[in-house]
Amino acid sequence: MNRINQKLQESQKLLSIYFTAGYPEIEDTARIIEALEKSGADMIEIGLPFSDPLADGPTIQQSSEAALRNGMTTNKLFSQIVNIRKTVNIPLIIMGYFNPILQYGVEKFCQKCKETGIDGLIIPDLPVEEYKTHYQEIFEKYDLIPVFLITPQTSEERIRFIDDVSNGFIYMVSSASVTGGTTGFGDEQMDYFKRISNLDLKTPTIVGFGISSAASFKQATEFSKGAIIGSAFIKHLSHHGVDKISEFVKVLR
Amino acid sequence: MKTTYQVDERGYYGDFGGAYIPEMLYPNVEELRTRYLEIMKEESFQKEFKQLLKDYVGRPTPLYFAEGFSKKYNTKIYLKREDLCHTGAHKVNNTIGQILMAKKLGKTRVIAETGAGQHGVATATVCALMGIECVVYMGEIDIARQAPNVARMKMLGATVVPAKSGSRTLKDATNEAIRDWINNPVNTHYIIGSVVGPHPYPDMVARFQSVISEEVKIQLKEKEGRENPDYVVACVGGGSNAAGLFYHYLDNEDVGIIAVEAAGEGVLSGKSAATSALGKEGIIHGSKTLLMQTEDGQITEPYSISAGLDYPGVGPMHANLFRTGRGEFISVTDKDAMDAGLVLSKLEGIIPAIETAHALAIFETRKFKEDDVVVINLSGRGDKDLNTYIEHFNL
Ligand SMILES: Cc1ncc(COP(=O)(O)O)c(C=O)c1O
Repeated sequence: MNRINQKLQESQKLLSIYFTAGYPEIEDTARIIEALEKSGADMIEIGLPFSDPLADGPTIQQSSEAALRNGMTTNKLFSQIVNIRKTVNIPLIIMGYFNPILQYGVEKFCQKCKETGIDGLIIPDLPVEEYKTHYQEIFEKYDLIPVFLITPQTSEERIRFIDDVSNGFIYMVSSASVTGGTTGFGDEQMDYFKRISNLDLKTPTIVGFGISSAASFKQATEFSKGAIIGSAFIKHLSHHGVDKISEFVKVLR
Repeated sequence: MKTTYQVDERGYYGDFGGAYIPEMLYPNVEELRTRYLEIMKEESFQKEFKQLLKDYVGRPTPLYFAEGFSKKYNTKIYLKREDLCHTGAHKVNNTIGQILMAKKLGKTRVIAETGAGQHGVATATVCALMGIECVVYMGEIDIARQAPNVARMKMLGATVVPAKSGSRTLKDATNEAIRDWINNPVNTHYIIGSVVGPHPYPDMVARFQSVISEEVKIQLKEKEGRENPDYVVACVGGGSNAAGLFYHYLDNEDVGIIAVEAAGEGVLSGKSAATSALGKEGIIHGSKTLLMQTEDGQITEPYSISAGLDYPGVGPMHANLFRTGRGEFISVTDKDAMDAGLVLSKLEGIIPAIETAHALAIFETRKFKEDDVVVINLSGRGDKDLNTYIEHFNL
C-alpha cells in the first residue's frame, strides 16, 4: 500500500510540512526531511522550485528564487534524495509546477519518483481533466498518488468529480488566496470546513494555506484529517536555520 | 475536413492552448469560458461594442497606401492605421470588448498587467469611461523606464502596483495579476492584454481584435478591387495585433502570413525575445505554447528594446502557425527596427511604435514582387517611445 494511504489510516490528525528544496542552502534538502520526521511531522511536501510560482505568495516566491539561485534543478533534487528511504519512512510528496515536470518528461519524472520513494505529486497548475485524459495511467503505473486542490469557490459538483478521481487525500485550500496570506481562521472558513466535511467524500481532506501555529492547526483539523504548513515553516527556516526545526514542529500539537 | 487555424472547442490551436491553471482560478475561467461566446453574440453587447469602437476609439481606422515606402521597397504596401486609435495603439479594441464583458459578468473591479504601459493605459481608459475600479500590475523595472505611461494611468484614476517578484518585468506583472485574481475570485475581472493566458482568453482577445481584418477586407476591396492581400504582416509580442490582422485570413491560404518577432541584440546573442526561434513547448501563464526556458523548465527573461515585445512566450494561435508552417516567422534586431522606424518617419511622416517598427524592418531583407499587395499592421504610434528614439539616434 502507498505510504500516504497507510498514514491516512492512522488515528491522529496529520501534520504535513512544506519546504522548498534547495533553500536556505542547496544541500539542505535531505537534512530538512530527516529533521522533520524526527521532530514528528507525519508527511512532507518537497517543493520543486519554479521561476514563476503563480499560486504562491511572497514567502514561497522568495524561497523558490533563492533555491534556483543556489543552483537547484530537477536532477539535483533527485540526486539529493536518492538514498532518502534508508533513513526516512513517512510519506514524501513532491509539489511542483507543471512546466519543469513537462520538460523533464512526465513519464521519466514519475519513474524517478518511484525509484526514489516519492509517494505522491501535487501539481497545482495541472487541471484534473488534463490529468485524467493524459497522465492518470502513468501515475498509476508508478504508484504515485495525485493530490488535487479544492477552494471555497469550488462547486459541489466539481468537488465530487475531484473526489472521484482522487485516491489519496484532497488538498483543501482554506481561503481564496495564494500561499502565505492570512493566518488563523474565522467563522467563514470554519463553516466551509464543516460544509466539506458534511459532503461525506470518500477521500479524506487535508487543509492548507494560512496555518502557522498550534491554534490554527487545531482549527484546521477540527473537520479534516490534517493540515499543511508551508510559508510559516519557510519563515522559521529563514530566521532560525535548519538546526532549529524541531522547535518549530514540536509546539504545533 | 478543411484544416483550420482557429481555436477548437477544447480551447486548442493544434497542439497549443488549453487552460493550465491552479484550481483557485477555475471558477473564474470556467465562468468566462462558458459565457464569452454567448455574451459576445448578444445584440446589446454587439451594439455597444460597435458604437464605442466608432465614437470613442475612432474606428474604422484608415487603410493607407504608403506610396513612398512602397516605392523604396518596390512593392505595394498598405498600412492599417491602428496608431490612430484612441490611446495610440490597437490595445484599446480588446479593452473595450473586455470591459463590456466584465460588466455583463457583473464584475465591479478590473485588474490588468502591463509591460510598456500601453495595455495598462488602454485598460485604465476604459475603466475611467465605465467608472470601474482599476488596478494595473507593472514590473518595477518597467515603471522606472516608462514613466509617462505610469503618469497617464494615474491621471485616469488607476492604481499602479509595482511587481517586485522575479525579474520585475512583464512576465512578473502577469504573475502578480494572476495572484490578485486568485485573491479576489468573486468581484474581479482580469483584462489580459494579448492573445495569451488560459482558454478562452486567446480566442476572446483575438475576436475583439479581429475588427482589424474585418475592416481591411472592406477597405482593400475599395482600393484594390479584392478583399485578399498577398501578405499580411504584423509584429508579435504576445500576438494580439497580429491575431487581429490575421484573423479573417487564417484559413485562406492564398494570403501569406508573416509574423515578426524581436531578435533583440541577435537571436543567438543571449539577449533576444524571438520566441519561435528560441522557445520550446511548455506552459506559461496557463497556456501550452512556445516559450523561452532553460533545459530545466525555468522560464527565462527575454530582451528587446521594445517593451511590448519583451515577453518570453507567444500566444497559442501563433505557436500553431509556426509549427504548422502556415505562418512565416522573421526576427528583427533592435538596430534594424530602430532604423525602420526612422525610414517610415522620413518617408511617410508617421512615427511608429518601436514594436511596429519591427514589422516595417522586414522589407530590407524579405523581398516581395512588384505587384504584391502587402498589408502591415501599424499597431501603434511612437510617442511613447520618444525617449528611446532620442537615446538611440542622439536626436
Ligand atoms: C504598439 C504595440 N504593438 C504591438 C505590441 C505587442 O503586443 P501584441 O503582440 O499583443 O500585439 C504592443 C504591446 O504593448 C504595442 O504597444
